[in-house]
Amino acid sequence: MLSKDQVQKIASLARVEIGDDEAEKYSKELSDILGFVEKLNEADTEGIEPIAHITGANNVTREDKVVSYSNETKENMINNFPEKKDRLNKVKAVF
Amino acid sequence: MIFDIKHIVFSMIKDLHQKLVNQEITSEKLTEEYFDKIEEKDTEIKAYLSLNKEFALDKARAVDKKIKNGEETDLLAGLPCGVKDNICIEGLLATAGSKILENYIAPYDATVITKLKNSDSVFLGKTNLDEFAMGSSTENSAYQTTKNPYDISRVPGGSSGGSAASVAAEESVWALGSDTGGSIRQPASLCGVVGLKPTYGMVSRYGLIAMASSLDQIGPVARSVEDAAVVLSRISGKDRFDSTTMNTAEKKYEDLLGADISGLKIGIPKEYFAGEGLDKSVEKKVREAIGKYERLGAKIVDISLPSADFSLATYYIIMPSEVSSNMARFDGIRFGRSVGAESEKTGADYTLWDIYFKTRAEYLGKEVKRRIMLGTYALSAGYYDQYYLKAQKVRALIKKEFEEAYKKVDLILSPTSPTTAFKIGEKTENPLAMYLADIYTVTANIVGVPAISVPCGTIEAEGKNLPVGLQLMGKWFDEETLLNAAYVFEQSK
Repeated sequence: MLSKDQVQKIASLARVEIGDDEAEKYSKELSDILGFVEKLNEADTEGIEPIAHITGANNVTREDKVVSYSNETKENMINNFPEKKDRLNKVKAVF
Repeated sequence: MIFDIKHIVFSMIKDLHQKLVNQEITSEKLTEEYFDKIEEKDTEIKAYLSLNKEFALDKARAVDKKIKNGEETDLLAGLPCGVKDNICIEGLLATAGSKILENYIAPYDATVITKLKNSDSVFLGKTNLDEFAMGSSTENSAYQTTKNPYDISRVPGGSSGGSAASVAAEESVWALGSDTGGSIRQPASLCGVVGLKPTYGMVSRYGLIAMASSLDQIGPVARSVEDAAVVLSRISGKDRFDSTTMNTAEKKYEDLLGADISGLKIGIPKEYFAGEGLDKSVEKKVREAIGKYERLGAKIVDISLPSADFSLATYYIIMPSEVSSNMARFDGIRFGRSVGAESEKTGADYTLWDIYFKTRAEYLGKEVKRRIMLGTYALSAGYYDQYYLKAQKVRALIKKEFEEAYKKVDLILSPTSPTTAFKIGEKTENPLAMYLADIYTVTANIVGVPAISVPCGTIEAEGKNLPVGLQLMGKWFDEETLLNAAYVFEQSK
């Protein structure tokens, strides 16, 4: 069973604020699901390589060049900024 | 309100296309009719989140003009369709069913949309879904719960429940959905329509708001197998914006239907019929379908997929892990709702951290947060080997088993969903019970194979006839055999 402290630690890693009552609820729900996936321990995976890509695609490359987007697309993107100053995305100070 | 639903097995797309080309109807008139149907039915069904009336009618008129001028038009030209709201259409809202994207206007077209625009498709609007496609009933949508047109006290399935309900209720000719663990097939099954999840890598995911990138595929929900084939032929192909797409032979799948299936080997995995969760009357319908295939000349082969039992557990590690990574972009900084943008009104003085934590707490729904938390835990230091790495190994194991099975059979048959449509509210309090709705569908995503759900009868419950779906899984990139077998089944009496 995950403790409420463990749940708060996970929430902090995930950058989600949760209250004490939510932590309690998550501790039960997450523990239930983790209990269910414990089943995987029964699978014998000795000598099995983990799969990274299901169709076997590997190192797909393309030419490294700048592809310009239309001004319209650029404006559309800028319009989606939650806060902006002129055409710049306004963010809080990092430090 | 009682909805009169006609189950059809012909190509609605070809039928309407012919009428357009013969100028018996116009696309404008047809599109208006669909908007009328939406107006009439959708207050109850709630399949759509937003409508696109002005642009749709403009497009329809442009198609009419082409036809009048004697220009050749594509099968999909002028036909009104629905698009799941996690697929971007430039200039239209793309909420993905989430409050955090309530104000998000897509700045570009998804590749599938670019392709459909080349076919002159008419987009009626954006259809409802569980928030970020996380759910099996649309009850996790931040906006509304879609109703099953066969019984409005029941869910349409999910997450592409809006798309499936819109097709079943004739609020669209066909619709686009996305499928990460069954999100096209399960609602198609519950709404009595056809749903196809193509092979991973067949259809570009560019412009699909990502849920679990190694599992997501876009595909059609349609009235008939032929219609699904028409759409697949137009949305598939390699795309430089999605490096997981593969070079596949460009086929017109709709022209490859109707081939004799005698000798076709269909595998019946015993594990898929052994679970206690499988409703007896659903099992009966699926067994009748197997009988029908036998009469059509297919060879029924009993097979065993012992690792199938691990599929759902594998899925519930890999999917939330990828979710936790993909959802990191919703941080209140670049797009979407943000507590920072509202702080000017509220006067709150937030730090950067506050913006992350409070934006995500405020605007993400509870199932999304649950999966982010689960994935964050599975990927965190000290647990990675135990969960994620283990799941990726089991995934390899399951794939190997499928490769072995496909040496013996051409297709694998099972129910699509263990039950018919369940009641709204029945499973919302128990996430694990909801997850079990995907038990037969997740494996196709885990191993990447194509899979289709086709109606195979109805079961009466409380005076309503609830549809049952049959699932067929094919070999990687062999949509041709899969669609043909589904088509032959659908067409036979």
